[in-house]
Amino acid sequence: MKAKKIVVVGNGMVGHYYVEQLAKQNAGHDITVIGAEPRPAYDRVHLSEVFSGKNPEDLALTTREHYKDIGVHAHFGDAVARIDRKAKEVITDLGRRFAYDKLVLATGSYPFVPPVPGSDQAGCLTYRTIDDLGAIRAHARDGKVGVVIGGGLLGLECANALKSLGLETHVVEFAPGLMGVQLDNGGSVMLRQMIEELDVQVHTSKATQKIVPGNERRLRMEFADGSALETDMIVFSAGIRPYDQLAKAADITVGERGGIVIDYHCRTSDSDIFAIGECALFGGRIYGLVAPGYRMADAALSQLTDTPVPFQGADMSTKLKLLGIDVGSIGDSHGKSLHNGQPPAAFLYSNDRERVYKKIVVSADGKKLLGAVLVGDCSDYDTLLQFFLNDMELPANPEGIILPADNGATPLLAGMSLPATATICSCLNVTKGAIVAAIDGGCCSVADVKATTKASTGCGGCAALLKSTVNEELAARGAEINNYVCEHFAYSRQEMFHLIKVGSLKSFDEVLHKHGNGRGCDVCKPAVASILASLFNDYVLKKEHASLQDTNDTFLANMQKDGTYSIVPRIAGGEITAEKLIVIGEVAKKYKLYTKITGGQRIDLFGARINQLPEIWSELVAAGFETGHAYGKALRTVKSCVGSTWCRYGVQDSVSMAILIENRYKGVRSPHKLKSAVSGCTRECAEAQSKDFGVIATENGWNLYVCGNGGMKPRHADLFATDLDDATLIQYIDRFLMFYIRTADRLQRTSVWMNNLEGGLDYLREVIIEDKLGIAAELEAQMALLLDTYQCEWKTTIEDPEKLQRFRQFVNSTEEDAHVVFVQERGQPRPAKDNERAALA
Amino acid sequence: MGTALHKQFNHEPIAVFSKANLLENSGVCALINGVQVAVFYLPTETPPLYAIDNYDPIGGANVLSRGIVGDINGELVVASPLYKQHFSLHSGRCLEDDSVQVSVYQARLEGDAVIVMLQKAQSQKQNIVQDIA
Repeated sequence: MKAKKIVVVGNGMVGHYYVEQLAKQNAGHDITVIGAEPRPAYDRVHLSEVFSGKNPEDLALTTREHYKDIGVHAHFGDAVARIDRKAKEVITDLGRRFAYDKLVLATGSYPFVPPVPGSDQAGCLTYRTIDDLGAIRAHARDGKVGVVIGGGLLGLECANALKSLGLETHVVEFAPGLMGVQLDNGGSVMLRQMIEELDVQVHTSKATQKIVPGNERRLRMEFADGSALETDMIVFSAGIRPYDQLAKAADITVGERGGIVIDYHCRTSDSDIFAIGECALFGGRIYGLVAPGYRMADAALSQLTDTPVPFQGADMSTKLKLLGIDVGSIGDSHGKSLHNGQPPAAFLYSNDRERVYKKIVVSADGKKLLGAVLVGDCSDYDTLLQFFLNDMELPANPEGIILPADNGATPLLAGMSLPATATICSCLNVTKGAIVAAIDGGCCSVADVKATTKASTGCGGCAALLKSTVNEELAARGAEINNYVCEHFAYSRQEMFHLIKVGSLKSFDEVLHKHGNGRGCDVCKPAVASILASLFNDYVLKKEHASLQDTNDTFLANMQKDGTYSIVPRIAGGEITAEKLIVIGEVAKKYKLYTKITGGQRIDLFGARINQLPEIWSELVAAGFETGHAYGKALRTVKSCVGSTWCRYGVQDSVSMAILIENRYKGVRSPHKLKSAVSGCTRECAEAQSKDFGVIATENGWNLYVCGNGGMKPRHADLFATDLDDATLIQYIDRFLMFYIRTADRLQRTSVWMNNLEGGLDYLREVIIEDKLGIAAELEAQMALLLDTYQCEWKTTIEDPEKLQRFRQFVNSTEEDAHVVFVQERGQPRPAKDNERAALA
Repeated sequence: MGTALHKQFNHEPIAVFSKANLLENSGVCALINGVQVAVFYLPTETPPLYAIDNYDPIGGANVLSRGIVGDINGELVVASPLYKQHFSLHSGRCLEDDSVQVSVYQARLEGDAVIVMLQKAQSQKQNIVQDIA
């Protein structure tokens, strides 16, 4: 097909999906996307998470740079004002014109604000965009009470947002029940009880008649039944309306109650113009979920290829967590439709004590699942959805699926029994067949399959099903799924940690003898050495540990490519006196070392021969330096900005905190290196959010971020806890580090550890903050032991002549390694390259 | 300190130094006629001494004596501290790359003395085959 000029209006989730998929076709199309919001597409589904710790940037689905990379012209913050169908171009508010061959409208929707008198005054807000969140936050700052109008899916999401802002939260719903579209009456009642237990007040069957200035609070809502409610802000979340004005003004057909009418190919009444997502009306219906929007985008995209696929409506089943409560709805949840002319039958399980409500609607013959409602427990959702979507025959007693397991229920549907056509990930439309193909193509882990198929990268609801499907497929191929340390130990690092701790094993030989086989190797020896250090903190060069260490740990320096070492003295928090700077300079000059400032605010001295190390360190230790553990899987640096001491913007003393943290955790051995930083204000000059644990000052204390990473696979750290005082901050870091040290795999950075941690950030908070596992005291005690037994390994080493024996190039000669040759570059030494070496010889 | 001692013995240079210089389950380096030899002492193995080139032909530096010793599928190896390839202590063969080989030397304990000979311990079949070819 010929390359075309394609203009996409709207950069919401669906508009972005369309652009990204189109760019992937590589068909040479000239792609332009125009977004009215000032920022590129972001994840609207998880908007309320911004109030529980996520940064707005964490929601981003793309960046300007990424669009540039894939060759898309993107324009943000300038809305399209009109479509000139004759000239085939769109004109923006700023008067820019973009010509098109094909136009795609992905304009989305806006929150419906009922025409209640007074609904246009200050304090009346909507909940749809990141900018809306800013307005909500600003009003929450000097308010106590917040009301959400609308008890549907979005309304309850929004109630969650208000609650996380610390407001007394009310939900006002016109209908008699909550989530009337998705839930039946019983489910709705259960949900209401659970929400009220969370101190969110629910008012149903309330019609707001007018909003007037309040007596006690800013606003007063007066209801049709004569009652009233005072509040500081009102957020309207009573449904959405499609943005169809552009189409309407261009004489494109729209529905009577709004929505751009589209056909099976997502074409509007103008065949060169498509509409997709929440602005589109298909079969008289607006699809207000993201997955159907993606399917529309697929259908519209296929029109540009030789194999068009139609959009035939989409499943509106949904599973989500509302205010922390699991809610699921599948198909005909109300049980109202006929199947083969017969009214359906329903099975119900309701448990008031455990707060669980489950209902399934099945065909009269009991063979097909027609719908389901789940409140308080969604563990059966995946199973039920597969039965529903694949039209699979139910077991003889279908009620068994929703009954508690010890009541003789049928086991959970496993991935194996699903047909290849079964959709595993409905957001990205990944079938079981695609997953099997990815495994056939060489994927051998859930992470591989995710990367290849994109499954479970949308809402993440299918994560458990994806995992079981992948593992079953791998097992069926005879693949051994293990995370054993190496051939000498049939245990994961976490299991080894446990075995060594429980058995109180103090040496590698003991560990190998009891739990391993063979002689050990360069994988398990350092791993065991690290665990022993994390548990007992012996001197790493103690006789029985010395042969276990990597060369860097053995020589307490970092081996470079020519076999020489680099030296990094600790410069806690990046703070150093003039005297100490001079010492480093003098040492570098005396031993002819190459010096470079590191990214962690320290100074690295390169080119030391093995036999020079003790002498160099004697001088450094005498001047008051300590080892920087740059060679160890241990805490490296705690970077800092100058903070409130000097900076006009600083709100806390970040340098003092960085020094405190660095001195506290220096020397602690961990599964991989650890980096940290402390910033004195939200400008974040110390880049704390790219660290394993980062601290950012607030006016009230410290925000703690965890599991960030720079490097090969950057990961933004997650906001873990806010406004902590010094003692609580340190307590959480103690627990966090020790929990990581205990449970991570060998050489697994905190970022990867977090990505693999079942339950993720929420679970980590439960363990560290709420002490769900009851191990917090133990973690703190273990950390206290490590802190008590700290020693500067270089100080210990230079005081021990026997240990210094090791630092020789040759046991039988005082000659130096003739292969180590330096040349000068920019006034400093560096290793000679092969051609230079030949020239010198 | 070991006694630096270069001798012509059987027309082959040797190094002799005290056993106290050895490190259990680890390596040290001896210099014999300009050749760097990594000597590993594994007290529970028979024999307990192994000597190979100190030069890592993949990393291009004299570092093998500073690697971690262990076994891979029962074969005694040292792992290069640079890029972690394994070299057999018996044959000098690189387990990850068949085309790479380091030399193996004779080493033995005599009482309190360690004797390392520059004479190659085994005929280096691969090299010979290559030379002929």
